[in-house]
Amino acid sequence: MPDGRRPRTRYSRRLPAPRRHRLVRAVARAAARAGGTWRPVAAVFRRELRGYFATPLALVFLVIFLILNGILTFQAGAFFERGRADLIPFFRFHPWLYLLLGPALAMRLWAEERRSGTLEVLLTLPLTPAQAVVGKFLAAWGVLALALVLTLPMWAVVTYLGRPDHGVIAAGYLGSLLLAGAYLAVGAAASAIGRSQVVAFILAVAACFAFTAPGSSPVLGFLGDWLPAGLVEPLAWFSFEARFGALMRGVLDARDLVFFATTIALFLVFNTALVASGRRT
Amino acid sequence: MTEKLLPMTLPACPVSIELDHLTRRFGALVAVDDVTFTVTRGEVVGLIGPNGAGKTTAMRMASGFLPPTAGRARICGADVQDRPLAARRALGYLPEGAPAYGDMAAGAYLRFIAGAQGLRGRTARAALDRVASLAGLAPVWRQRIDTLSKGYRRRVALAAALIHDPPALILDEPTDGLDPNQRHEMRNLIKTMAPDKAIVISTHMLEEVAAVCTRAVVIADGRIMADGKPEELARLSRINSLEDCFRTLTGAGKAAAAGCG
Repeated sequence: MPDGRRPRTRYSRRLPAPRRHRLVRAVARAAARAGGTWRPVAAVFRRELRGYFATPLALVFLVIFLILNGILTFQAGAFFERGRADLIPFFRFHPWLYLLLGPALAMRLWAEERRSGTLEVLLTLPLTPAQAVVGKFLAAWGVLALALVLTLPMWAVVTYLGRPDHGVIAAGYLGSLLLAGAYLAVGAAASAIGRSQVVAFILAVAACFAFTAPGSSPVLGFLGDWLPAGLVEPLAWFSFEARFGALMRGVLDARDLVFFATTIALFLVFNTALVASGRRT
Repeated sequence: MTEKLLPMTLPACPVSIELDHLTRRFGALVAVDDVTFTVTRGEVVGLIGPNGAGKTTAMRMASGFLPPTAGRARICGADVQDRPLAARRALGYLPEGAPAYGDMAAGAYLRFIAGAQGLRGRTARAALDRVASLAGLAPVWRQRIDTLSKGYRRRVALAAALIHDPPALILDEPTDGLDPNQRHEMRNLIKTMAPDKAIVISTHMLEEVAAVCTRAVVIADGRIMADGKPEELARLSRINSLEDCFRTLTGAGKAAAAGCG
């Protein structure tokens, strides 16, 4: 009887399910215990990401990022004229691109909360300022990571045109992501200073410029004429651009990775301090 | 101290909101000056006073948002500065002006608040259903908050404060900007919740105190001028009206306060 057979097959197919289920539940429970700190972070992250896409902000950002990236790569970077199968022309302008677009993406994170009064809601929820800071930062970083993912066709193009060193390109992408994180962390901290997004943007661009310029060769040459070499060297040491330059060429130096990670962490700590202390009316 | 407070589980906690000699200075201005009062379960305390009296500042300190210059605030025994997470889990707070993320739909906003309060899965869905019907949010569930009317926006913010069913509630001007019908609904809602919660509301409308509060705390220039049942306060005045007492305590005749408080 077809009716009699069908339940039996279903049953036999279902039989291992409870066991799997229990295992999944056990893993989930363990993860929940370990991830108790991360659940509020995830809640803030999701809300912030939703905020980016609820307004045209994320879309405008992605479009502008891709257009500027294209112009810089093909015009200023002379991608085709160079006749080399690598993504150096694509990556080399990233510090300058992030210098402007990073603060633009990050400026609303905290200033907007202060202006609209939602900071009071956020900081009276059962989460710590640090959790909110990390959640918001990760959301902004996520948008930027998406922008980078959308540039992956560049990799395909260069693979089609020649035989690039994929390791170098992967290092470039990793470096670019870390670089973007550093600029965003600076921008997020600047956003926590007051309720004006414009002030946050200008402060962040100025700070990012100070972190970028000392490493670029024209500025280094200019500084070299005026300052003793003993001063120029340490300045270049702090430069995002010099650090990124190495990564972009495929030199995966642990010191550079640690530098970017530390810079991000440091600015997130600043950010947390600004949020926690600046609860004035 | 923490040891003593730990065995006190939330349902058994007798005192729910304690303001203990709270003081806040902004530069030379003393916004709140040595404010002390306690709200127990079942009480609805109306914090009344003129604009700029320090109501909002006092509530911000009680919620843990604003650190006090001196004094402490406790929610269900948890100090809002020392044990902020425990205090905030026990507290539903409606800030002044009922802020909410305007770029989110009402439902999405409440889901975020539920998630941040640690509610998940079935519990979260039940909580969302509960506050949606409590605040009457079904018609605007998918609508962006910044397109909502003032009344609905306030209800969304109130629903956010109630989502974890907290034993203590601090509502800063819950009926501000509402029309008479909405005010009536809001007061009914507060009265429904009153028996098993400790509630503080701030207002500058005296009929509100008479309508919903079991106790009134009159505050002016950051100081408590009177603390008692609305009827008692009314009896203190010449013509047996709360309004007259309010004017005596907080207005030009503040010198006569000693006679009234």
